[in-house]
Amino acid sequence: MAFTFAAFCYMLALLLTAALIFFAIWHIIAFDELKTDYKNPIDQCNTLNPTVEKVKKIKRIKIAIKLVLPEYLIHFFFCVMFFCAAEWLTLCLNLPLLAYHVWRYMSRPVMSCPGLYDPTTIMNADILAFCQKEGWCKLAFYLLSFFYYLYGMIYVLVSS
Amino acid sequence: MSAPGFTHLNSSVSYGQNPTPNGCQNGPGQTYQSMHPPAGCYGAPPQQQNYPTIPALPTSVPNKAPATNSAHGANYYWSNQQQHHHHHQQQHHLSQHHVAPSPYNASLSSDAPSQPYATVPSSAPPPSNAHYNQQPLQQHPPYAPSGRYYGPQAYHAPPAPPPPEQQQQQPSLVPAPAVGPGAPIHPIVSYPSAPGSSQFGTLSSFQNAAAHGVMPTQMGAPLHQYSNPRPASTAAVGQPGPTVNGQGSTGHKHYDQSHQASLSYDPYGGVLHGGGGADRPPSGTPSNSVHSSPGHHQGMQYGYVANSGASSASAATSGPAAAPSPSSSEEDEEEEDDDEDEEAGGDTSSSSTGSASPVPNNYDNLEGGSYPDSMPPSDHMTNQAAPYGSYGYPGMPPAYHQGPASLANASPSHEPYGQSGYQPYSQPFPSMSQLSTALGGLSGVPELEVEALRPVNLLQEKNLLPPRALEAPEPNLSPELRKVNCSPQSFRCTLTSIPQTQALLNKARLPLGLLLHPFRDLQQLPVITSNTIVRCRSCRTYINPFVTFLDQRRWKCNLCYRVNDVPDEFMYNPVTRSYGEPHKRPEVQNATVEFIASSDYMLRPPQPAAYLFVLDVSHNAVEAGYLKYFSELLIDNLDKLPGDTRTRVGFLTFDNTIHFYNLQEGLSQPQMLVVSDIDDIFIPSHDSLMVNLKESRELVKDLLTSLPGMFSHSKETHSALGPALQAAFKLMSPTGGRVTVFQTQLPTLGAGSLQSREDPNQRSSTKGVQHLGPATDFYKKLALDCSGQQIGVDLFLLSSQYSDLASLSCISKYSAGSVFYYPSFHHTHNPAQLEKFQRDVERYLTRKIGFEAVMRIRCTKGLSIHTFHGNFFVRSTDLLSLANVNPDSAFAVQMSIEDSLADSSLACFQAALLYTSSKGKRRIRVHTLCLPVVSQLSDVYAGADVQAITCLLADMAIDRSLTSSLSDARDALTNAAVYLLSAYKSNVSNLQQSGLVLPASMRLFPVYILALLKQKALRTGTSTRLDERVFAMCEFKTQPLQQLMRMVHPDLYRLDDMSDQGALLLNHTLVPQPHLLHLSAERVRRDGAFLMDCGNVFYLWIGKSCSDVFIRDVLGCSSYASIPENMRHIPELETVLSERVRAFLDWLQDKRSFCSSVHVLKDEASAKAPFFQRLVEDRSEAASSYPDFLEHLQQQMP
Repeated sequence: MAFTFAAFCYMLALLLTAALIFFAIWHIIAFDELKTDYKNPIDQCNTLNPTVEKVKKIKRIKIAIKLVLPEYLIHFFFCVMFFCAAEWLTLCLNLPLLAYHVWRYMSRPVMSCPGLYDPTTIMNADILAFCQKEGWCKLAFYLLSFFYYLYGMIYVLVSS
Repeated sequence: MSAPGFTHLNSSVSYGQNPTPNGCQNGPGQTYQSMHPPAGCYGAPPQQQNYPTIPALPTSVPNKAPATNSAHGANYYWSNQQQHHHHHQQQHHLSQHHVAPSPYNASLSSDAPSQPYATVPSSAPPPSNAHYNQQPLQQHPPYAPSGRYYGPQAYHAPPAPPPPEQQQQQPSLVPAPAVGPGAPIHPIVSYPSAPGSSQFGTLSSFQNAAAHGVMPTQMGAPLHQYSNPRPASTAAVGQPGPTVNGQGSTGHKHYDQSHQASLSYDPYGGVLHGGGGADRPPSGTPSNSVHSSPGHHQGMQYGYVANSGASSASAATSGPAAAPSPSSSEEDEEEEDDDEDEEAGGDTSSSSTGSASPVPNNYDNLEGGSYPDSMPPSDHMTNQAAPYGSYGYPGMPPAYHQGPASLANASPSHEPYGQSGYQPYSQPFPSMSQLSTALGGLSGVPELEVEALRPVNLLQEKNLLPPRALEAPEPNLSPELRKVNCSPQSFRCTLTSIPQTQALLNKARLPLGLLLHPFRDLQQLPVITSNTIVRCRSCRTYINPFVTFLDQRRWKCNLCYRVNDVPDEFMYNPVTRSYGEPHKRPEVQNATVEFIASSDYMLRPPQPAAYLFVLDVSHNAVEAGYLKYFSELLIDNLDKLPGDTRTRVGFLTFDNTIHFYNLQEGLSQPQMLVVSDIDDIFIPSHDSLMVNLKESRELVKDLLTSLPGMFSHSKETHSALGPALQAAFKLMSPTGGRVTVFQTQLPTLGAGSLQSREDPNQRSSTKGVQHLGPATDFYKKLALDCSGQQIGVDLFLLSSQYSDLASLSCISKYSAGSVFYYPSFHHTHNPAQLEKFQRDVERYLTRKIGFEAVMRIRCTKGLSIHTFHGNFFVRSTDLLSLANVNPDSAFAVQMSIEDSLADSSLACFQAALLYTSSKGKRRIRVHTLCLPVVSQLSDVYAGADVQAITCLLADMAIDRSLTSSLSDARDALTNAAVYLLSAYKSNVSNLQQSGLVLPASMRLFPVYILALLKQKALRTGTSTRLDERVFAMCEFKTQPLQQLMRMVHPDLYRLDDMSDQGALLLNHTLVPQPHLLHLSAERVRRDGAFLMDCGNVFYLWIGKSCSDVFIRDVLGCSSYASIPENMRHIPELETVLSERVRAFLDWLQDKRSFCSSVHVLKDEASAKAPFFQRLVEDRSEAASSYPDFLEHLQQQMP
């Protein structure tokens, strides 16, 4: 029983997935609020989209990192970790979501700041329903992967 | 005023910095130069001269080193004594060009403005005025002369409004009142008529104060006359003083009762009575008569009339009445209002309302007035009781009870909540049951349905068009409900029979949605001023004609079915002035009503009307030459801008810099302030840029007069639209209002600059069309900011080059503005566009406007809103935020059915538009539509509204083309037709015949789909500029249905053989009704003259061998050959033919808000293209003909 890099990755992923689960729940709640009228879509999109740091006036350089949604970043991060740890199966399980994230970000509406959600279209019933469904699916995925990582971590620890 | 500016400028680091940047970029010198040109323009005085003066500046403002700008300023300062501002500005590098004194000198007649006002009261659309005037005159006579009460007083204005409305009704109404005070009168006869009656005034008049100008003078007369009627009641009047007042002021249709009604009720009654008591004695009849008069007004205007009467009385007779009026504060307003009214022409709705508002009085008046007349105060209660009984009301109670019962019987399955309780009273109606069973045996209806369901084989029937323009189908409702239902022009549903379940809807393959035109100009509109606006406690639905009264004290909401209490106030009916008849209240008698809202409906005090004009003055704009025409139009219409004494205006011009104009009252000339730092826009002066129109009217005129000349030599080709919009946003943020942007080219500087994205070679590509969406979200974000600050942005794009309307239009799309586009606009080269521009701007400037608006759409439980179409920002699932609302824009809503509607027989939709009128009154306009729910597919088809469906599909197709692709959208449209055909074939028609069969109600669907596919917005293969395509898409989203349908599928008539057969007789003129023709070249003959009505333009096509008689009699030309090339009007000739043609054209024109021009086209290759392009059933170079299209559909069918 040794504390390998793979075990570390799993532990990290475990923690981060817990964070992602919170993200997903937050996402679901946010859209539910929107649907049931508690929030103004502009506020909504401002909270869902990361706010651009107003660095503009200081430097006209947009910092690329700022443009990425934290959730996508986190997920991408531990995908890379798994890649480094050569946990191919785990990586494969995560690839579809990674691909989805990339696609989702590529097909976002025209925006000058990072973010996926456009306050003018978000109230469209189709889009709202889609976002809600997306939230639930992600929540389910993260929950399952949470337990999978737990299992993976123990397995790695035990087997090594 | 300057203070903020000062600090800002001076203190602001940015400022200081700015100079440097400028210096770097432009160099001071440059800034100067740029500045100068304007200066030159302004002031005749040579710029150079100014320079010299510069030194002076320093003296005045030692600190301000930046002599550069100051130079200009110097003159200013000297001339104007407003050095402060200038200095500041100068420092900032803002170039303040004080206009050369000479040009502007005239200025500053503060007094002048006011007078003009008075004389030309404010904004009343010319047409309306005419009506008004006429009406009052006509009407009054009957009433005669009683000037006494009113006479002297200035009620004029208020009274005036009523008269117009009364016109038609009066006759009928009047008699009634006179005859029997009793029941017959109220019976609301007036109501029905009222709604139906088309008189300008009422609706529009309110806010528009349409006829102001005219009003005043005439008003006086009308009033007097009015008073006459009362004479009978004169005694009463005295007492009712309040009532009298009410009439005057309220004339505007307010059902005033409310305000303090409840409170005032008793007290008033007492008071009034006391006062009037003496007079009243004669009351019994008199009262009626009095009422009747009001009633007449009301007819049009409804209840308020009564009130108005009352209020006016109060005002006039105020002596007695006034005293009683507890209204106190409101009264004050009234007085003011009255004054205004006089000027304004009285109807200034808001003002009137204000007066009405004293309503407490009114209420009293209403009660008091009415009662008083009939009975002594003390008797109040008892009397009331008596009236009922005596009046024929007596019957009511029993009926009432019966009513429900009958209803229940009728529709066994469900309690018809839909039917308003009152209906039963008037007539127990038999046919409620039908509601539930659509086909049921409503008398008359079945035939309609049968006709609507008649299977039509498209391949065989060639004549599908009805002889007259298609009307909206009547919902299959009982006659009572149908009578009160919302006009299809305001509120229309794609399916006039709502399917019970989503499954049924899916099976029908038709979209379910609403088409709304909520703020359209109405001929007459009941306006209700009430203390409490009765709404459902749980869903907040406004009470409407389709609620059910369970008994006298309870009503059941028709949307959520909750049972609510009827408030005490609501028991009193201001129209009939009777108590205990909630079902006869105007709210319950009219599907479209307007409430004057209390402060509960305000987040902040109502904003003043504020208009900011943002004008492009770059070289391109000067070339196009719009500025001169715009300025002229604005000067002409300055008094017609909707607004009151608080109206504010401002101007801002831009090329590569932004120019502000200081129009502060007291200046001798307008001052121009130039901000050249477009990267960080700031407002040079905070309170002198948006100025009170009344106070600074002369300065505004000066500015407008000199504007066109000021930039005539501009060589600046860049356009900093983005920064200009940002500046406009900052300028308007504190108040909100309307920003009108004129742009002539692609914005190239600063934020929001755009690049050309159009590839001219791809214009006729049959593949996808790119760049339909915005290139940047700058405009969208700005629009959202604007929307948040209640600023609406309207865009006029006059451009000959590609200007990326797809991006620019976002600024209007999300701030609830409107977009106008004039491709290839040039003041000399393109007279057609110029003419259109002028007409549009005129209408635009004078049309009604609502500020800080929101619209909520509620629908029966089980239905939900899916998507909205139009220009707005969606704030929540059912709430649209509209910074501005105008009478020309429409909305569409896609609906879905979430829960089965099986437990109800009626579905209702209610659109409530809350807005601030240009007079600073908060108002709520409520439309309610009631439709039957059906469970049979055939019923769904029978109730399908093919025009509404087409429009909704067009909206959906546009969305699809933006989110997906144009070809997808086109396929979806074709598929819509295919699916409908196959759904009908498999589910409904049991005919074995092959071929394409549709129910008669939908027989035009394929034609319309084909026409849609050939529209600029959706066509492929034909060369279409990207901007024009995008504009066509915008139009689809915002045009009202009738207009849109004429654009999609123009109406074609043959004019040369018109006869008087079937002609309509309107206002003593015979309007011929030629038959509609199919849009196919085979219907167009060489020997005829054909009129094509395309919505915004009429094409009159003259065949080569058209009879000379027609050409001579109608066009005034001797022969075909002598018809000029660009003929744009029909001369007024005294021939029968000409009169017929003109009567017909006028009749067509009457129904639309923007007037359309007539183009006479000759049968020559060069000229006839626009005409033949619109013959959508023919094959064109890139699209198939109608028979081919049908064949294509048939192939696609499974």
